[in-house]
Amino acid sequence: MDKILEDIKTIFREVLDNENLSIKPETTSDDIEEWDSLAHIQLVVAIEKHFKLKFKTEEIMAWENVGAMCEAIHLYLN
Amino acid sequence: MNFNHFKKNLKKDFSAFQKVRVAVLGDSATQLLVTALRGYGYEQKIDFQLFEADYDQVERQIFDTNSEMYHFEPEYVLICQTTEHLSKKFYYTTHSERAVFWQNHLQTLGEMCQTISQKNKKTKIFYLNFYELNDGIFGNFANKVNYSFLYQVRKINTGLMELGQELRNLFIIDLASLLTQYGHKNSFDSKFYINADMVWGLEFLPMLAKRISDTVQSISGKIKKALILDLDNTVWGGIVGDDGWEGIQIGNLGMGKAFTNLQIWAKELKKRGIILCVCSKNDEKIAKEAFEKNPDMVLKLEDIAVFVANWDNKADNIRQIQEILNIGMDSLVFLDDNPFERNMVRENLPEVCVPELPEDPAEYVSFLQELNLFETASVSDNDEIRTKQYQEESVRLSEKKHFANEEEFLANLQMEAKIQPISKFNVPRVAQLTQRSNQFNLRTVRYTEQDIEQIAKSENFASFTVSLKDKFGEYGLISMVILEKKQGFIFIDTWIMSCRVLKRGVEALLLNEMVKFAQNDGLQTIIGEYLPTAKNGLVKDHYQNLGFSSKDKIWELDCGTYQLQKHFIKHG
Repeated sequence: MDKILEDIKTIFREVLDNENLSIKPETTSDDIEEWDSLAHIQLVVAIEKHFKLKFKTEEIMAWENVGAMCEAIHLYLN
Repeated sequence: MNFNHFKKNLKKDFSAFQKVRVAVLGDSATQLLVTALRGYGYEQKIDFQLFEADYDQVERQIFDTNSEMYHFEPEYVLICQTTEHLSKKFYYTTHSERAVFWQNHLQTLGEMCQTISQKNKKTKIFYLNFYELNDGIFGNFANKVNYSFLYQVRKINTGLMELGQELRNLFIIDLASLLTQYGHKNSFDSKFYINADMVWGLEFLPMLAKRISDTVQSISGKIKKALILDLDNTVWGGIVGDDGWEGIQIGNLGMGKAFTNLQIWAKELKKRGIILCVCSKNDEKIAKEAFEKNPDMVLKLEDIAVFVANWDNKADNIRQIQEILNIGMDSLVFLDDNPFERNMVRENLPEVCVPELPEDPAEYVSFLQELNLFETASVSDNDEIRTKQYQEESVRLSEKKHFANEEEFLANLQMEAKIQPISKFNVPRVAQLTQRSNQFNLRTVRYTEQDIEQIAKSENFASFTVSLKDKFGEYGLISMVILEKKQGFIFIDTWIMSCRVLKRGVEALLLNEMVKFAQNDGLQTIIGEYLPTAKNGLVKDHYQNLGFSSKDKIWELDCGTYQLQKHFIKHG
C-alpha cells in the first residue's frame, strides 16, 4: 500500500504540475486547488496507464479521498 | 504527442507569438480540447486566444447575433458536433424524417455559416466531420438502408465536402480520416463520455488539436512548398554507387515495393504543386543514371526541380537549393534515412522540417501520410507546372551569364505580359498568392478566395494581375496589386510578386499602369505602405526605389510629375 501511495503522489504532482503537493490518504479534492473534475479525468488516465488497469465508470466518481483510490488500486493489483 | 506535455505549455510565455482568435462551440465537453489546442499552439508559435462557449450552445451562439461569441470577434469559429450527439438527435426523429436527416443537418449548418458570414465576412468556420458509427441496428445491411444511422452519417460527411466547395469560408477538419488512422477504440473512453460527456480521450486530443492548428497555419500562409529527397535507401533501396542503376531495389518485387510507394506518393505531391528536389551524397552522373535508365523508377529527372548530388555537407547543399527556389527555409521538408544526416541538418538549419523516418522503409509512406505535412488552404491550376518553371529558371540563370549587361539580357528574354483585373478565372491563383507570398509582399494581408471575390465585385477597389511569359516558357500569373480608391488618392492595399520574376521589370510595368489608371480616374496621388514582417525585408526600399517620397510611415507618389519607368516587357 505504501508503494501505491508513493506512486500516486508522483502522478498527482506530475499531472497537476505542482512539485509541492502534500498527498496523504485522507486528502480530498477540497484540499487541492488544482484537483477539479477535468484534472480528475487526467489523474484517472495517468493512474490507469501507470498501474496497467482499467477502472469502472462508477468507481472513479465514488472515491472520497486518496486513501480510497489506493484501496481500489490495491484490489485490482491482487 | 502527449496531452500533459502540451498542458504544461500553458504556463509559458506566449507574448512573442502571433495571436489567433478562435471561438470553440461544442455539443459536448470541449475544455480539454481547448487546453490541447492552446498547448499545441505554443509548439507552433501561435498564441491561440480562445473563447469557449457554454456547454451545448452551438445554435444559440450562432443564431443570436448578439451572443458572447460575436462580441469576442473570432477569426475562426470551430464547431464541434459529435456523432455521439448526432445519433441521439437522429433517434428522436420519426421514420419519415430519417431518409432526409442528412439534408436537414446540412441545411442548418449552411444557415449557420451564412449567419456567421453576414456578421463578418472574414470569419472562417471550421467544422469537424463525423465518426462513421455503425450502431449495430442493421449490421452491414445498414449500407443498403437509407434510413439507417450509418447511411445518414456518411451522407453528411460527403455532403460536407460539397458544402465546403460551395462555401469558401467553410473548412472541414477531417476527424473521420483521423479516426480511421488512429482507431475509435483508441480515441474514446466510455467512462469519461458517461461521466463528463467527453468524447475524445486525452491521448487523442493533441492529434485533433494538431489538425486544427495545421489548417490555421495553412490559411495564414505557413505551408510546406518543397520536398527534398535523399536517394540511397530513401528513394530506392541499396547504394547506387555500389549496386549500379540496375541493382537498386525498386519496382514490384521484395523491398523495392516500399520505395516505389514512396516515389508514387512524392510524384502525387509534385502534381499538386510541391517542388521535388534531390540532395544526396553521390556522384551526380551515377545518381542521374538511375533516373534515366532504371525502368522501374516512378520519379523521372523532369520531376526534380533542383538536383544536387555531391560529397559536400547536406546543410550547405540545402542552403543552395533554398537559394535557387527562393522560398523560406521553413517551407522545406527534408527526407533522409540516415539519422546522422538528419541531425546535422536539424542542427544547422533548425527551420527545415526533418521527419524522423522509421527504420523500416516499409513504414515510410504510412508514417509520412500521418504527419499531415502538406496541409493547404487552396489549390490552383498553376500548381502542376511549377516544377517546369523552376527548371526553366535554372536555364535562364545559365543564359544570363552570356550577356554583358542586365539590359541586354532582359531585352533578349522577349518578355510578354498580360495585364488583367481579377476575374473568376484567376480568383484561386490570386488568393493563393496572397496566402503563399512572404518576401515580395508589401503589407502581407492574407485573403481567401471569398475575400478576393468580394474585392473583385467592389466598386471601391481596382486590381491588376500580371501573367508573364518569355522565350523559355510561361511564368503564369506572378504579380498583382489591389488598389483601394480613397478620397482624393489611391491606396495600394496589396502589392505582391512571385520571387521567380525578381528584377525583370514587372514592378515598373505595374507602376506605369497604376499611374495611368489613377490619372484616368482624375486622381493625382498614389499612396503605398510597407508593413515589415520577419520575411519581407526584400521590399523595404521598394517604394523609395520607384520614386515615392516618404511621409509619416507611408509613401506618396505624385502622378503629375511621374516619368514612365523603363522596362523590357511587351504588353497588350
